[in-house]
Amino acid sequence: MVGRVESILSHHGSKSTVEKTAQVIFTVCGFFAVLAVASITLYMIVSGTPAIFKVGLGEILFGDVWQPAAKDPSFGILYIILTSIVGTFLAILIGVPIGVMTSIFLAEVAPKRLANIVRPAIELLAGIPSVIYGLLGVIILNPLMYKLELMIFKGSETHQFTGGANLISAVLVLALMILPTVINISETSLRAVPAHLKSASLALGATHIQTIFKVIVPAARSGIITAIVLGIGRAIGEAMAITLVSGSSVNIPLPFNSVRFLTTAIVAEMGYASGLHRQVLFTIGLVLFAFIMIINVSLTRILKKEADNE
Amino acid sequence: MSNNTSASLSIYGKRFRMYDEVLRGLIYFCAGFAIFLLVVIMGYVFVRGIPNISWTFLSTATNNIKGTVGILGNIINTLYIIVITLLIATPIGVGSAIYLNEYAKRGRVVELIEFTTEILSGIPSIIFGLFGMVFFGNTLKLGYSILTGALTLTLMMLPLITRTTQEALKTVPDSYRQGALGIGATKWYMIRTILLPSAMPGIITGIILAIGRIVGESAALLFTAGSGYILPRNFFTKIFESSGTLTIQLYLFMQKAQYDEAFGVAVVLLVIVLGINALAKYLSFKFNAQTER
Repeated sequence: MVGRVESILSHHGSKSTVEKTAQVIFTVCGFFAVLAVASITLYMIVSGTPAIFKVGLGEILFGDVWQPAAKDPSFGILYIILTSIVGTFLAILIGVPIGVMTSIFLAEVAPKRLANIVRPAIELLAGIPSVIYGLLGVIILNPLMYKLELMIFKGSETHQFTGGANLISAVLVLALMILPTVINISETSLRAVPAHLKSASLALGATHIQTIFKVIVPAARSGIITAIVLGIGRAIGEAMAITLVSGSSVNIPLPFNSVRFLTTAIVAEMGYASGLHRQVLFTIGLVLFAFIMIINVSLTRILKKEADNE
Repeated sequence: MSNNTSASLSIYGKRFRMYDEVLRGLIYFCAGFAIFLLVVIMGYVFVRGIPNISWTFLSTATNNIKGTVGILGNIINTLYIIVITLLIATPIGVGSAIYLNEYAKRGRVVELIEFTTEILSGIPSIIFGLFGMVFFGNTLKLGYSILTGALTLTLMMLPLITRTTQEALKTVPDSYRQGALGIGATKWYMIRTILLPSAMPGIITGIILAIGRIVGESAALLFTAGSGYILPRNFFTKIFESSGTLTIQLYLFMQKAQYDEAFGVAVVLLVIVLGINALAKYLSFKFNAQTER
């Protein structure tokens, strides 16, 4: 590097222009993310609101009949919203305990060599494309669910048989898909717990397991909450994996009903929708976007609080 | 900690604690379950998929006249989208990281940029898909094309590349910067000749992770890149044509209940994902070994 000192001196005149250009370019790059978020927000609002004015906000959000292609179409997305909320909640309920337990295994219980095998496996789980989860859901889970359905609703006349494409199948796929996120973030936060807390607890006579659940996990609370919030974000935004697994009609989110999520409604219908139907799909996108924004902002709050506490 | 040598009366003896053992069992069970799931997923896909893979499947495009099914068109589409996305996203992401790390002063502006980067990485891909369809597809009149898909994915990959570059830049010791500036280098010269080469392994790892995510992406591409599967007729005009990636093709096979073909694509995808994972591991291992030396 020293050899080029001469060139630095000899280009003194153009130096400041080059320097300024570089700085300007980097600054523009820096603001690109701001620009992207601003334009996505703007476009989501611009394309999501026309339908609200045409159909009416109450009718869309609280209407429970979704018949966009009927002669007298009806665009109530209440069940779609409820499905997303219930589905995400159940996926968290199943995925978080398994995920946190696995992260405890990795951070505290497992011998180092075993952990070094398990951890890459979990990372691999995160790298598998979501369509593959969907494919396996359709091929493995749905037939199982159909058998279960036949057993439970044997002789029922009111139940609409779904062939196994129902809420439970989708929830199980979602629970599996949030595992890597939950495990990864929880493990990091468990490892960040100061060692003296653990030593003190062990020195007082607590067993290793007692120390884990009464000292280490509570101390890593904020990290685990972060993991849960990120898991919620992933579950509510997942589309391709559950589109075919969850069935193809809009219903109340009951375990054995065929359901549509906010995401799957968009994926399944955007291809052929036109006119008002299409605009309502954008409204669904806007609702999803609003959910995500709420989740993101609460996440930043949590992280900020954590940073302030330190 | 454990000492099994003496009887239970001794202070060294371990009392059997039901509660502890149950929890320990649960911990092992959950970890085992996670591994079990991975093994089932991998095993099932390979067992069902490999018999469907043939040379025709990999080396031709689907031909309705001959009645053969092939995914070469989709493989090429995927490569196009990876290359174009990275060509756009890498300079912007690296530039953004350089701005945040080297130019900007801590304050509201940096906070805003880091906040929006965070938001950007939290937005689900289906929303990117909608935005890409409306903005790049309709407003910029690019329609369903590789370009629309790549521009959409650029937005998605930006946070990843920015963050990994920032991490890499942070590991470059300050003495390098002071040394370079001290002997008279200008800031841009210092960034170009000292910082970027030192941060290169980190940047490359970021790029490889981005490739992995692009290969697996589907929701953002369905309504932006389209679903074409034919081989490119012209190297350049290809980027304006509707082009489905491997994931999209898998989804379409699934929709048409062509599950054998779907599993064939799944095998190809898994092999790519495994390869990328191994490569990223190898590089970060090599990088760590280098810095420790």
